[in-house]
Amino acid sequence: MSPQNLVELAGVAVRRGATPILRDVDVVIRSGDLVRLLGPNGSGKTTLLRLIATLTSPSAGTGTVLGAPLGSATVGAVRPGIGLVGHQTGLRAGLTLGENLRFVAGLAGLPNQAAETALQRVGLHGARHRRVEHCSNGMLRRADLARLTLGEPTLILLDEAHVGLDTDAVALVADLASGVVARGGAAVVATHDASTVDNATRTLMLIDGSVRERS
Amino acid sequence: MIPLRHQALLVAAADLRAERRTGEVAWVAIPFGVVALLVIPMAIGIDTALLARLGSGLFWVVVLLFGLGVTQRQTASGSSAHDDTLRLLGVDPAARFVGSSLASAALLLGFAGIVGFATVILYDPHLASWWILAAVVALAVAGLAMVGTITGAVARGIGSRTTLAPLLAAPLAIPILLGATQAMEGMRQGAGILRWMLLLALVDSLVAVAGVLTARPLEEAAG
Repeated sequence: MSPQNLVELAGVAVRRGATPILRDVDVVIRSGDLVRLLGPNGSGKTTLLRLIATLTSPSAGTGTVLGAPLGSATVGAVRPGIGLVGHQTGLRAGLTLGENLRFVAGLAGLPNQAAETALQRVGLHGARHRRVEHCSNGMLRRADLARLTLGEPTLILLDEAHVGLDTDAVALVADLASGVVARGGAAVVATHDASTVDNATRTLMLIDGSVRERS
Repeated sequence: MIPLRHQALLVAAADLRAERRTGEVAWVAIPFGVVALLVIPMAIGIDTALLARLGSGLFWVVVLLFGLGVTQRQTASGSSAHDDTLRLLGVDPAARFVGSSLASAALLLGFAGIVGFATVILYDPHLASWWILAAVVALAVAGLAMVGTITGAVARGIGSRTTLAPLLAAPLAIPILLGATQAMEGMRQGAGILRWMLLLALVDSLVAVAGVLTARPLEEAAG
């Protein structure tokens, strides 16, 4: 793998039982890429992001993410370099936003102040004492973005990250993605809305589990 | 990455903090456990000698049944997205096992303490030594906590969050129930209880080793 290739997938397929979700996927994502992943609902965008996040193993084909072969034990070592915001919040119910961010900061070996700074960055410092169950969907999205900023990942994966966000928060998503790209990382933003992520450097189309590059 | 011990303590602290907020153990498990102990004398009649003889066994049945519910609280309410967050943070699955088990053990100790107090009031089970009782309870709740954590992870791995975990846990908890009830009965009769204490310690050790060794494959299977 050349150093600038952060993700390499070759002939990858993912099945759930007998149902094929992804088929024969060949994708290379290089440092500096800001990829817009387009596809209708049910096309396999979430599965592809989870595959790149090393959270799902391929049923067929091979791939590496940040140098670690998919499905191998070495993926554990590269996972802290990957940030994912999915459909559901990754925050822990029962805890406040501040407690969640401090928990993540603690596990990442960062001081509590890093959590406060991350919440300030996404405009949620005033809501830091609010429990996850009492937050709106947009607040949870913002808090998930704050969680991503804590670890400074090399590769960020955003699954329909614009849904439920106001204009300011959409700008946060763009800033976050641009920041990772500027650091030499890459970002993949999955969306069914072609009008979003207008600063993308590449666009991949996912239709019925197959990926095509759109020029 | 921070040391495993620190990871485990952070996981345990987060679990306990969430429990303090939701109050599942304090406001659901404990009242139902006490009510279960309360209704049994009504069913079998006020025979104080019989109640004293049954008391310790009923205590352990209640601790087992409701205690497994306590250990499964995250299996039912936890989100897979939060599990993904922990995986991507690089949290060691063994540290998660230890942390979750520590939190469950702490909650079970509180549960057993209150239910035990209710047992003494309602059944007067003639306990010979509070120190030995404390040791038996500590060993038993440690084992139940670890069994609950493992079976919760198995249930997540096969996509059955709420229904299967108690069914998986109950057979694994039988040696713990046997060791605890026999130790209490031996104590009541003034007989030796060393072998039952050793059984509890052996089961705890085996479950701990199994939990640490299976934590990673179970976590990956859940993905």
